[in-house]
Amino acid sequence: MAKIECPECGEQIEMTGIVTVCPKCGADLREVMQAVEHERDERMKTIARDDSVTTHEFIVRTRDLKKIYVMGEIEVPALRDIDLDVRRGEYLSIMGPSGSGKSTLFNMIGGLDKPTAGRCFIEEVDMAQLDAFELAWLRCRKIGYIFQTFNLIPVMTALENVTLPMIFAGMGTDEMMDRGRELLTLVGLGDRLDHKPYELSGGQQQRVAVARALANSPAIVLADEPTGNLDLHTGKEIIDLLKELNQASGVTVISATHDLKMIDVSDRIVHIRDGKIERIEHRHEIELEVGGMGR
Amino acid sequence: MLDVDGLARLTEQKDKESIKIQRQITLPWSEAVRISVRNVTIRLGRTMITASGIVLGIAFLSSVWTSGVIQDGLQQAQLQQERELVAATASDQAESDSAESEATAGPSETEKQAQGSKRIWLVVMSLLVCGVGITNAMLMSVTERFREIGTMKCLGALDNFIVRLFLIEAIALGILGSVLGTILGHLAMLGIFAIRERSLSVAAKMDWSQMLTYLLLCVLIGAVLSLVSAIAPAVRAARMRPAAALQSEI
Ligand SMILES: Nc1ncnc2c1ncn2[C@@H]1O[C@H](COP(=O)(O)OP(=O)(O)OP(=O)(O)O)[C@@H](O)[C@H]1O
Ligand SMILES: [Mg+2]
Repeated sequence: MAKIECPECGEQIEMTGIVTVCPKCGADLREVMQAVEHERDERMKTIARDDSVTTHEFIVRTRDLKKIYVMGEIEVPALRDIDLDVRRGEYLSIMGPSGSGKSTLFNMIGGLDKPTAGRCFIEEVDMAQLDAFELAWLRCRKIGYIFQTFNLIPVMTALENVTLPMIFAGMGTDEMMDRGRELLTLVGLGDRLDHKPYELSGGQQQRVAVARALANSPAIVLADEPTGNLDLHTGKEIIDLLKELNQASGVTVISATHDLKMIDVSDRIVHIRDGKIERIEHRHEIELEVGGMGR
Repeated sequence: MLDVDGLARLTEQKDKESIKIQRQITLPWSEAVRISVRNVTIRLGRTMITASGIVLGIAFLSSVWTSGVIQDGLQQAQLQQERELVAATASDQAESDSAESEATAGPSETEKQAQGSKRIWLVVMSLLVCGVGITNAMLMSVTERFREIGTMKCLGALDNFIVRLFLIEAIALGILGSVLGTILGHLAMLGIFAIRERSLSVAAKMDWSQMLTYLLLCVLIGAVLSLVSAIAPAVRAARMRPAAALQSEI
């Protein structure tokens, strides 16, 4: 939760909504709290805006994004000054060798970790300004996550996994169940609603994860090596599914990968190496290249 | 292939209900209880391993109290017997003050005190065992699920949802474990005394209302200790950044 500063004595107080006077000097905090609430409201209006009226060309932007992991004495720079603009509705792949910083970038864009320096904007809102509640809101409604290891909740059925984000979003039970069923049917698992993750194959588990990512109609689907644990054929199916979702609904897909099958479906490919953007390829360039070589 | 119409319908941003509703993030208590209790019951095998610390600790406590109540019961019965004996002799002979006072005194005061402090020592010991066992159990049940916690946070869970889920689970686990432990410790002591006295009359001789109070106290202590010792690890885990929680390999 956000912290506020007492106007009288400068004491930092957690904003819980319960305390309205400074525990140290007894000053009335309601005015300061209202100001903070108002500020939050303004920010929420920006990120909660209906997509159809949002006009920002770039849904995600990063500026000078740096991440340095400190392990005792050693500093490991995982990202060095990443400047990346992701267009709305784009299918973007982030490619690079192991350890190049793909997952780190995924975590920064997804608001799962804080950068050491630099900024990351979603819908032109600086994520560093968001408090815990707003970040949770963003993760719940704006972003859908897909992981290499699926990360389904093991004790829950496919349907329960898909409806969990809807519970957090405050959806009613009936609507939630209907939507969960529809989403699972959409990814081809209409007959597996009540199966637990361990009763499903890897590819099926990843399909459940895709359905879960779409639960609250996110604007962005973030995927970290979604095909990393799948065989060639199953991986291709997941890639195609993501591409179809991207084309049919205009959801922005950002996927970290070293799966070359991703190249065919990506609008752009960002190559990173040692935490830096090496080059960015556009699809029409790739097609031109391929065409030019007479293949 | 993909049902494009269905998809368009499913993914279209819903007509904005009021922004207020849009902005909320919730976990209703009913859902929280459902999720937590299912978590405990579904992996019952795993749960029992985790709960073994609680079971053992509470079984110790319950056995100490049970044996206390049984011993008191036996002593009372013996005293009663002696008194009856004295009364029988008194009816034959002239009343003797010294004989009566000797009989009612039972075990001497110092003996009683020694017994009392020994019992307190045992209770304190068993509470310590409970505390360690339960803290360990709670630590285990939280740390083995870091990834799950990370995933939930990715899906939009607030820190206090995670804490809530784990605390409900801790109470459920605490009640389950301590009911089991209480019964186990109680039956064990009853069995031991029955064998020692070569009769089942020990059960008849003890004060059952006192016994029940102690047994309920055991369950209560187990549940409360579980709840309290789950707070710290649950809060710590809930505060982890999702990236760190997801990275942990267990
Ligand atoms: N939690 C961490 N603590 C310390 N160093 C880390 C941590 N996470 C990542 N790193 C380091 O940051 C660098 C980038 O890691 P990252 O996981 O982003 O690579 P990646 O491109 O996703 O690799 P892979 O393809 O193997 O998943 C690596 O050198 C890694 O050792
Ligand atoms: Mg990675």
